[in-house]
Amino acid sequence: MNAFSSIRPKGLVAAAAVALGLAAPASAQTITAVMHSGLRVLDPVITTAHITRDNAFMIYDTLLAMNSDFEVTPQMASAEMSEDGLTYTFTLRDGLKWHDGGDVTPADCIASIKRWMVRDGGGQMIADRMESLEATGDKSFALKLKEPFPYTLQAMSKPSGLALFMMPERIASTPADQAITEYVGSGPFRFVEDEFQPGVKVVYEKFEDYVPAEGPQSWFSGAKDVKVDRVEWVTMPDAQTSINALMNGEIDYMEAVPVDLLPLLEGMDTVETEVLAKLGSVTIGRMNFLYPPFDDPKIRKAALMALSQEDVLTALIGNPEYFTVCGAIFGCGTPLEFADGSDTLTSGGDIEGAKALLEEAGYDGTPVVLMQPTDVVTLTAQPIVAAQALRAAGFTVDMQPMDWQTLVTRRASQAKPSEGGWNLFFTNWIVPEVSNPLANIMLNGRGDDAWFGWPSDPEIESLLGEYAAASELDAQKAVAQKIQAHVMENVNYIHLGQYNSPSAWGASLSGVSDAPFPVFWGVEKAAD
Amino acid sequence: MPVYFVRRVLAAIPVMLVVAVFVFLLLRLTPGDPAAIIAGDMATPAQLERIRDTLGLNDPLHVQFLSWMGRILQGDFGTSLISNKPVIELVEDRMWPTIWIALITITLSVIIAVPMGVLAAWRHRTWVDHIVMTFSVLGFSIPVFVIGYLLIKLFAIDLRWVPVQGYKAPSGDFGGFAIRAVLPALTLASIYIALIARMTRASLLDVLNEDYVRTARAKGLAERRVLFRHALRNAAVPVMTVIGTGFALLISGVVVTESVFNIPGLGRLTVDSIFARDYPVIQALILLTSGIYVAVNLLIDLSYTLLDPRIRY
Repeated sequence: MNAFSSIRPKGLVAAAAVALGLAAPASAQTITAVMHSGLRVLDPVITTAHITRDNAFMIYDTLLAMNSDFEVTPQMASAEMSEDGLTYTFTLRDGLKWHDGGDVTPADCIASIKRWMVRDGGGQMIADRMESLEATGDKSFALKLKEPFPYTLQAMSKPSGLALFMMPERIASTPADQAITEYVGSGPFRFVEDEFQPGVKVVYEKFEDYVPAEGPQSWFSGAKDVKVDRVEWVTMPDAQTSINALMNGEIDYMEAVPVDLLPLLEGMDTVETEVLAKLGSVTIGRMNFLYPPFDDPKIRKAALMALSQEDVLTALIGNPEYFTVCGAIFGCGTPLEFADGSDTLTSGGDIEGAKALLEEAGYDGTPVVLMQPTDVVTLTAQPIVAAQALRAAGFTVDMQPMDWQTLVTRRASQAKPSEGGWNLFFTNWIVPEVSNPLANIMLNGRGDDAWFGWPSDPEIESLLGEYAAASELDAQKAVAQKIQAHVMENVNYIHLGQYNSPSAWGASLSGVSDAPFPVFWGVEKAAD
Repeated sequence: MPVYFVRRVLAAIPVMLVVAVFVFLLLRLTPGDPAAIIAGDMATPAQLERIRDTLGLNDPLHVQFLSWMGRILQGDFGTSLISNKPVIELVEDRMWPTIWIALITITLSVIIAVPMGVLAAWRHRTWVDHIVMTFSVLGFSIPVFVIGYLLIKLFAIDLRWVPVQGYKAPSGDFGGFAIRAVLPALTLASIYIALIARMTRASLLDVLNEDYVRTARAKGLAERRVLFRHALRNAAVPVMTVIGTGFALLISGVVVTESVFNIPGLGRLTVDSIFARDYPVIQALILLTSGIYVAVNLLIDLSYTLLDPRIRY
């Protein structure tokens, strides 16, 4: 009992609350959720922003889907591969409708796939091998390849990076580098454009004509049964405000609860807390391969040896319940979990070994320009811990604080570090974005065409080719293990461990999914 | 007076033009790239370049500036680079919460602070004065978010009299609006009550020693009439200036309070747009803010003539 409960004029307050429309902040069939950030960009093909992807899963549907066993399953369509591995035939299931009432046709799907192929790495790989993509009937279309590409269906079903969403042909015909302006999908929820306020509020209504796929719901596959009338995402810039609102029953769901604020919710009867996205995220460091000192593999290796995952994760997350020291670049808990070459990272670092290697490499004291974002909570700790470890190993570190926007602009610059370029920065990915070698953008070794840092690494390109050609899981695992060892030796990037973000929701919700990011089908809300 | 009014309005045009040029250049010189926000973390440099081209960010600066100015002269503030929504629509959506909270805050502040200031001046150097001034110092000194959280803890979490956060438009649900506006307005008012009370006290103390006040008292006028009719009216000019600039400050955005109470106002829009380098939105917001300051200053100057008949334009 708090200090004020004894003087609470309950009847009076209740009456006033009813009069002022406060008694039920949200109706019984509305889920009010606070997501990890505000939604601003709506086109899921133009951006890889997670919140845009989450929005897309609400309003669009996917041809295929990945379940919790990482298996490809039919969603809007079934897919059949020919015996020679060159033709994939997709057959749309019955009852698929767009939110504007039109039927989903093969032409819509073909336009959506083509737009996605322009932007997505996996899509580009398919496009490179594509001979044709044509309708073969009222409900079917075929993708013909020039050579077998076993990764095809996995790329088309991956939930993150750029997932493949279906849109009506007139919308999907928009050039891939230009944002769409109409948001009509065939997914389980309808986007309520009139109520959309960028960065403030997004409203979805149940799409009454949606016909769920067959099979039990598992992550993004199976039946997407919507059990509420509306879902509202409200943006709250202050985590403490979100927690207060959840405690007061003003919101129903909070996607990411900062670990240091979690004790406020734990033990409350009215709130559940749990890590839903069990795979979590990884944090990584990326070097610039174009300039000294990190153009030298020995010096990159020395930097890796200096770092300790535990130190970084302790500074970043704090509570060891919510992080995992994990040497596997494809993530712990995934089918490709190997830890080759990660010994120093996972056992507290090896400063002495790093010193020796630096000396052997003839490091001349060239400063490491380390970019430190100051406005993203999940990225502020890594540079500080890394700078200290690198200095201890003998590096000269020039840590430059800046906002994230400045960092993302500067990391695209190939200028010398002393002239506005950079040597090292850190970022985070959710595990599904790095768990497959062909989806993991940091493994691209094509020099100027690679991701920021621009490594020219023919060996990894060859390994990726080998992986793409492997059709059986055992063969894929064997190649993945070689990639793991190569990345640790060549230091394409520094894998700094895995962490989880707990979510919280009101006890009135049930059926909350354990997918790697929030989905709202299958979630029920008890009447007040 | 009408001539003065027109002259001031005309004088605002070059001010706004200078602001426009300055803001445009400043934003383009600041590091940052809206294309990177749009494209996300996985975009390759080549993809970023193509998005920049689409958005016109690779055009020469003077072309971008002239195109922007040309559109503004036709009343078109452009479209948000990030959300693709018309800037006017974005600003309009976010303007009303800010205006309402500012109006309530200033009204509340004046209602509470002016009598406090009068009381403190009237009972100068007594315990009443000391209490008022202590509250005033506290109002200045305690960070606004601390006051906000304390009010939330007491009234929203412990007593559950009001919601923790949120905003509702008064047109749709006046009760919901009022109950949600109380805490943010009280939080913001804590500073303005302190400021206006001090200013009222200081100005009144200046005039209370004037001959005309002594004369009024010698005529046997009631003390209340002396204070409110004679003294306060003459002391009101500086107080009015503080109220006016305070209002302009509130309109231009109070980010911390908006964040703590989750009010979708102009302050948050400004900060979000700056972080995203959403140039058209930032430019429109700064122009709007400059316009508000010009208008409020004009209104303050005009109000002087009502308060002090000796002032003529």
